[in-house]
Amino acid sequence: MRRYILKRILALLPVMLVVASVVFGIQHMTPGNPAEIILGEEATQEQVRALEEKMGLDRPFIVQLGRWFGHLLQGDLGESIYYQKPVLSIVLGHALPTIQLTLLALTVTIALGLLMGVFAAAFHNTLLDNALMFIASIQLSLPISWIGLVLMLAFSLHYRIFPVSGYVAFSEGPLQSILYLTLPALALGAGAAARLARMTRSSMLEILRSDYIMTARAKGLGEMPVLFKHALKNAAVPILTVIGLSMANMLGGAVVSEQIFGIPGLGKLLIFSVFNRDYPVVQGVVLYIAFIYILINLTIDILYAWIDSRITYG
Amino acid sequence: METLKKNSGPVMAENPAAVYLGELKSMGRRLLRNKGATLGGIILLFFIAAALAAPLLSPHDPGVINALAKLRPPSSTHYFGTDGLGRDIFSRVLFGARLSLQVGGMVIVTSTLLGILFGLAAGYYRKLDNIIMRVLDGFMAFPSIILNIGIMAALGPSIRNVVIALTFSYSPRMARIVRGAVLVQKEQQYVEAARVLGAGDFRILMHILPNCMAPIIVQATMIFAYAILAEASLSFLGVGVPPEIPSWGNILAQGRNFIRRAPWITLYSGIIISAAVLSVNQFGDGLRDILDPKLRR
Repeated sequence: MRRYILKRILALLPVMLVVASVVFGIQHMTPGNPAEIILGEEATQEQVRALEEKMGLDRPFIVQLGRWFGHLLQGDLGESIYYQKPVLSIVLGHALPTIQLTLLALTVTIALGLLMGVFAAAFHNTLLDNALMFIASIQLSLPISWIGLVLMLAFSLHYRIFPVSGYVAFSEGPLQSILYLTLPALALGAGAAARLARMTRSSMLEILRSDYIMTARAKGLGEMPVLFKHALKNAAVPILTVIGLSMANMLGGAVVSEQIFGIPGLGKLLIFSVFNRDYPVVQGVVLYIAFIYILINLTIDILYAWIDSRITYG
Repeated sequence: METLKKNSGPVMAENPAAVYLGELKSMGRRLLRNKGATLGGIILLFFIAAALAAPLLSPHDPGVINALAKLRPPSSTHYFGTDGLGRDIFSRVLFGARLSLQVGGMVIVTSTLLGILFGLAAGYYRKLDNIIMRVLDGFMAFPSIILNIGIMAALGPSIRNVVIALTFSYSPRMARIVRGAVLVQKEQQYVEAARVLGAGDFRILMHILPNCMAPIIVQATMIFAYAILAEASLSFLGVGVPPEIPSWGNILAQGRNFIRRAPWITLYSGIIISAAVLSVNQFGDGLRDILDPKLRR
């Protein structure tokens, strides 16, 4: 097992190298001189040259790439042009709302997805099954932005249950914090819940046909313990994979959800920095999110191998 | 499959096209038997027709700004109402469909071509496999919308750049699928037979490719649905196509700005977008069940 984990981590090195190169490329794909684009049209020649020097744009390409990797290894993501502060501290300062949003969305996904999936499987080929799976198909087809806006219209503007937009940190008021994040989390989790429901249903259908479920029923166990205790536990591996993938994908969807509901997280920072042409922050956020995404995927792989010992560690 | 078995042998030798046609026909019949896929396909055709005929069908010019008709609720002149600049939303939704199909179509072509190129190379040549797949793994190590935003930040908003950004996200996924299919096909006897007969690599690859089409087609339909949703997200965030161009994402962005005063901007356009994506998904699910029984859920 330890060898397997070590191997998986080593396999990530080339991936990280490509990721860091791609993020480096973001600044260099700009048509024209990045320094001129950042400063705008009114900038004088001297200002442009000073910024070029500061960002190292006057050096040969290969030197710039080398410096980028060198700085990354020291945890240095550069300095923000807009905030005039180190990028890393800005990025970390915006991470908490995104993490809270993602965790809450994950809760929504798991609760909704498992319930939908288990009941669809238990009532296989009935109206309930078809209705639940149809709802899941619709959930998968709705843009996050639209779900978010409709939820806001219904539950913040029409029925004033939830605040329209904004954010309160969990440490400052847990209840308030959850109230502010409920709708954004629902919008973010709806698609993932549908995917989880489908996966849960198909895994459960397979399990429910097996002998030990018949035994459990034969000895007079109620349907609920059979479904949730015996069957669901054994359907865990594929379900876990979908949960992990959903969590990773939510980091992306969070951008849209944060933008709609005005949550000051990484997504909002990313879009704000794109509009301000604050390339170092854009690069920092993209790199940071990719890093977390890779870590989540690594964790899933390891958990997967740990739970299901049939997987060879080759 | 049944048709193929019946017709194989003599027909195959005389006229391989007949076999292919027979298989296509049986596939079509199975697709028609799948209710979800048929309904999805019909609605999708309807959307394509409406998008192509947008200039004829739309009651107003989607770009014309009318300061006297801002934020009008739905009426007989403006079916879906007007937005913050007095533009007719129904017409913009129609032209938005055109743009979505255009972006989706172009992304399918670029991602499939690049995916096939890299997938064939990686699956067929062992030496290239590692390096190609590691690089593609790197591109797949981003949540796709984050990579897209990064690329759009560099390139600036335009339709062409949206296509480029989406291609970066979807072609690696296509390549992985093609590679997997090639690895299976490579071990088949017909490949060995071709090699024995002295066929070169290119010739053999041209024999392998048609046999990989099923997963490629399934993935292509999925890319289409993803691309429509991704364009809507990017434009909604303001980093997709420029705001003056009627696109579904831009309409939703207008909806966000006027959500209190003009909820109709959001409501109707969203229903149309969802119906379009739902139809693509239903059609794609049906296609997957027929072409790739292993993936059946």
